[in-house]
Amino acid sequence: MKDNRWHILLLGSLLIGCTAFLGAQDLASFEKRIKVKTLDNGLTVIVCERSEAPVFSFFTHVDVGSDREVPGIRGLAHMFEHMAFKGTDRIGTNDYADEKGALEKVEQAYQAYDQERRREVGRDEKKLAELEKAWKDAMTAAQKYVVENQFGELVEQNGGTGLNAFTDNEETGYHYSFPSNQVELWAYLESERFLHPVLREFYKEREVVHEERRLGESDPFGRLFEQFMATSYVAHPYGQPVVGWPSDLETFSMTDAQAYYKKYYVPASMIVTLVGDVKASEVMPVIEKYFGRLPAGPKPEPLRTIEPPQNAERIAILHETSQPIFIEGYHKPSAKDKDDAVYDALQDLMSNGRTSRLYRSLVRDKKIAAQTGGFNGFPGSKYPNMFVFFSISTPGHTPQENRDAIHAEIERLKNEDISDEELQMMKTRAKADLLRRLGDNQGLAFQLGTTQSLYGDWRQLFRHVDEIEKASKADIRRVANATFLESNRTVAMIESTHPAAPAAGKEKK
Amino acid sequence: MNSLRQFISASIVLSLLACAPASLGQVSDWNQIQPPPLHTFHPQLPKRIQLANGMVIFLQEDHELPLIRGTAQIRGGSRDEPADKVGLTEIYGQAWRTGGTKQRTGDQLDDYLEARAAKVETEGDGLDSTRVTWDCLKENLDDVLKIFLEILREPEFREDKIVLAKNQLNTNISRRNDDPFHIAFRESSKLVYGADSPYARVTEYASVARVMRDDLVNWHHRFVHPNNIILGISGDFDSGLVEAKLHQAFDSWPKGPAASRLQLSFHGPKPGIYFAEKGDVTASMVMMVDLGITRDNPDYYAIEVFNQFFGGSFNSRLFSNIRSKKGLAYAVGGGIEADYDHPGTLGLFLGTKSHSTAAAIDAFNEELDALKTNPSTPEELTKAKRAILNSFVFRFDSKEKVLRERMTYEFYSYPEDFLEKYRTGIEKVTQQDVDRVAQKYVHKDKLAVLVVGKAADFDRPLSSFGPVTTLDITIPPPAGAQK
Repeated sequence: MKDNRWHILLLGSLLIGCTAFLGAQDLASFEKRIKVKTLDNGLTVIVCERSEAPVFSFFTHVDVGSDREVPGIRGLAHMFEHMAFKGTDRIGTNDYADEKGALEKVEQAYQAYDQERRREVGRDEKKLAELEKAWKDAMTAAQKYVVENQFGELVEQNGGTGLNAFTDNEETGYHYSFPSNQVELWAYLESERFLHPVLREFYKEREVVHEERRLGESDPFGRLFEQFMATSYVAHPYGQPVVGWPSDLETFSMTDAQAYYKKYYVPASMIVTLVGDVKASEVMPVIEKYFGRLPAGPKPEPLRTIEPPQNAERIAILHETSQPIFIEGYHKPSAKDKDDAVYDALQDLMSNGRTSRLYRSLVRDKKIAAQTGGFNGFPGSKYPNMFVFFSISTPGHTPQENRDAIHAEIERLKNEDISDEELQMMKTRAKADLLRRLGDNQGLAFQLGTTQSLYGDWRQLFRHVDEIEKASKADIRRVANATFLESNRTVAMIESTHPAAPAAGKEKK
Repeated sequence: MNSLRQFISASIVLSLLACAPASLGQVSDWNQIQPPPLHTFHPQLPKRIQLANGMVIFLQEDHELPLIRGTAQIRGGSRDEPADKVGLTEIYGQAWRTGGTKQRTGDQLDDYLEARAAKVETEGDGLDSTRVTWDCLKENLDDVLKIFLEILREPEFREDKIVLAKNQLNTNISRRNDDPFHIAFRESSKLVYGADSPYARVTEYASVARVMRDDLVNWHHRFVHPNNIILGISGDFDSGLVEAKLHQAFDSWPKGPAASRLQLSFHGPKPGIYFAEKGDVTASMVMMVDLGITRDNPDYYAIEVFNQFFGGSFNSRLFSNIRSKKGLAYAVGGGIEADYDHPGTLGLFLGTKSHSTAAAIDAFNEELDALKTNPSTPEELTKAKRAILNSFVFRFDSKEKVLRERMTYEFYSYPEDFLEKYRTGIEKVTQQDVDRVAQKYVHKDKLAVLVVGKAADFDRPLSSFGPVTTLDITIPPPAGAQK
C-alpha cells in the first residue's frame, strides 16, 4: 500500500525507463505466449504463459490515481485502495444484512458531525461533542459485524504471497501471487473486491492512512519532495501529494470514496494481467466468467487540465536540521511523445552506473556528491512530466556546488555531441536491461499491465528499445536544448542548519 | 485445518459446477471453490562440485533468458573487523572493485564491462561474508569471467578509490540521524546486542579515518582463499563446459588458512524505557526488543507458526488490533527472528503520531499481556499453519531461489534438505508447542522499549512507564574538524 515512487527513483530503477530485447526473448516469442482479450464490459485481460514453477502472479491496473482528485478529496484514490482490502458483502462480515444498516448509520452520524464541526460561524461545542459521540458509537456498533482482515486472510490461507497494492499520481495497482491451482479462487476474490466492495472500518482506515502520511513527513526526502512537486506544478494534479493533505484526510467521507470508485473504477479503465504457470485457453473463460460480471460504465473523459508552460524559474528551500539534498526538475512531454526514447537515452547517459556523466563528475572527480542522477518520467508518465536531477552531497559540500556541477554537465549535453562509445553503450544496455526484467512473474505482470494501460498495447514494452536504437547524437542535443532551460526549471533543496563537519584533514576553512 | 477441509468437501458438488468454465450460471461463493490439487513439482537442484582446494561450486542451468549470473560468497564480514576500524569491510567492499586490478584501473573495468552491458560488483556490507557478483549476457561470459578472476586474485585497492569509499561512508554517518526509522533500527540493535557488539556497533568518522590501504590488502590475504569461497552460477550455460572453465581457472589456486568463526555469548538487553529525541517529526517510532533465536533451534518451527499469527501476516494480532481496529499505525509488526548462526532479534515495531505514542505502547503491552492469558487459539494455529504450508512453493519457485537456498545451507553448514524438513517441521507443530514458545521467549519485563520522537508532543510522558534512559545520538565529529 505504498503510495509513491520516491525511494524507487532514488535507487535508480525507475519503473518506466529504458527497455529492450535480444535472442529468444524477443517480441515474437512473447506474441506466442500472450493472449489479450477485451471483455464485453470493456475490461482488458492479458494472460502470459510462463511455466517455470506451479505459481502465477497478477496485477490489476486501474487507469486512475490521484490525478482525478479535486480540493477536498486529495488522497482519496489511495484511501480507496486501502478500502479494497476490507472485503465484500460476503467476505469480512458475520452478518451483512445487519452490517449494511449499521454502516449507513455510521455515515449519517459522520455527516452530521462533520457538518457541525466545519460550521464557520456559531458552532455549538456541546452539540458537536454529542454528534462526535453518536458517530463513534455508531462505529462501535458496526464493528461487531466485522470479521477482521478476512480478505487478506483468505489470500494467505490459500497460499497467496506478496499481497499489496500501490497508488500513484496516475494509476492504481493491486497484486499478489498464488499457487497455480488457485486461479478460480483468485478470479472470484479479485472480481468481488471491485464488484461488491464494502467500505467497512472506513474512518479507522482513514487514521491508518494519515499515519502513513506522517511516516513520509518524518523523512526529509518526503518533506522535500512534497514541496518540490507543489512548486513544480501550478495547475496539473501531479503537484499534489498522492497520500493527500492532512485537512482532506481528516474530512473526506465514505460517500466520497464510493463516488470516486463508481466514477473511475469502470471495467473500461481496468486491465487484469496474469503471468505464470497457466494455459490461456483454460483461464481466459474463468476470468471472463468472474470479471465479466463487473457492470460496464462510460470511460471517464480525459483529464482537461494541462500544465501551462513554465516561464520563470521556481525555487523552494527548506531550512532543516537534516543534511542537504538537491533536486531540480524540467517540464517535458508525456511518455507518449515521439522523443520519449531520447529522454530515456539521456537518463542512461547521465545516471546509469559508474560510467555515467554525473557519477564521474560529481562523485568521482569533484567528490562533492555521494549519489547523483537524472531521471526521466517524474512523477509519472501518462501526462507531461519532468526530467529530474538530484544530488546527495558529501559532508562539507553544499547543494549549490552540486547544482553548479549538474548544470555544467547539462551544458555539455547541449553544446557537444556525445561520443560514439557512449551512444553504443547506451543502446547495448537498453537491450540487456529489458532482458533482466523478463524473468519474474510479478515484474512481468506489472510491466505488461502498465504498458497496456499507458499505450493501449503491451508490445510497446519491446518496441521502445527499437526507438532507443534510433536515437541519434543530434536528437540528444536537440532535446537537451529544448528542455533544460532556466525558465523551465524548478529547484528544491534542503539547506542544513547543522551542516556536517567535513571529514578530518580534508577540508580546512 | 481439519474443520476448514471438511467445510470445503461438503460443498464439493457446487464447486464442480464452478470449475466448468463454460458454465455462466450463478458464480460460486469463495467457500464453494474447490481447487484442483497442485501438480507435483520437483525443483531443479543445482549441481554441486568441490574442488581439491576446497572451493565449493554450484551450477544451476536456467535457459529461459540468455543471461548468466554468478555470486562468490566469501567467509569473513563486518563482525570480524577490528573494533577500532569499524567500516573496514564496507570500504574494502567498495574499493575492491572500484580500485581495479593489477591489469586495469577501476575506471577501465567500468568502461570494459559497461560496453558489454555487464556488471561485476563487490560487496562488503555483510555481517559474515563479502561477495563478488557478476551479471552478463551469455555471449560475454569469457570476457566477464576473466574480470571476475582478476578481482578475486589480483585486486589493487588504488588509493583514489579508497578516498572515494570513505567519502561514501562519511556521508552515511553524517546523515544517519535524518530519518527516525533508521535511528530506531540502529539504536534498538545496540540495545539488544550491546553498543560495542560486532552485531550492532556503528561506523564513526574516527574508525573510517583509521582504515588504510594495508588493512584492505591484509583483509584480502586473510580471507580470500578458495576454501573460504562458495561460488554459485545460474543461467543459460552448459554445466559441462562451464565446469571445465572453472577447473582451469581455480584448480591451481592453493588452499589458505580457513576463516575462524566468531564465538560470542549473548546476554540480551537491559530492560527499561529508552528514548531518543527527534525534534522534526510528527510520528514516533516505537520498538520493543530482545534477543531472538538461531534457526537450528528445535523451537524454530513453532516460532514460525507463532510469528505468522502474532505479527507477521495480514490478519495477525498486531496488524488487526493495532492497525485495523485501533487505527494507531500504518507500519506495525513483530515476531521472533531466527538467524543462521547467531540469535536474531525479537521485536515489536510501529510508527504512530506523536500524540498517540503512549497509547501505542499501551496497545503493545495489551498484546504482550494477552499472550500470557491466551497464547494462541486453535483457529490461529490452524490458519497460521495453512498459510505457511500453502505458500511453501514460493520458497523454491525459481531456479535462482533454489540455488541461493543451497548456497546458504552450505555456507552455514545446515543440512541440504533443511527446506524439506521445514515443511515437516511446520506440519508437526501443536498448540502446546506454540503456547510453550510464546511463554519461553516473549517476556514483557525483559524487553527494552525504545521510542524515537518529539517528546513535547507525546500524549503522556514516557516516565509514566518507568525510569527513562535518554540516548545521546549526537554524531561524534571527526577529529580536528571545525564544528
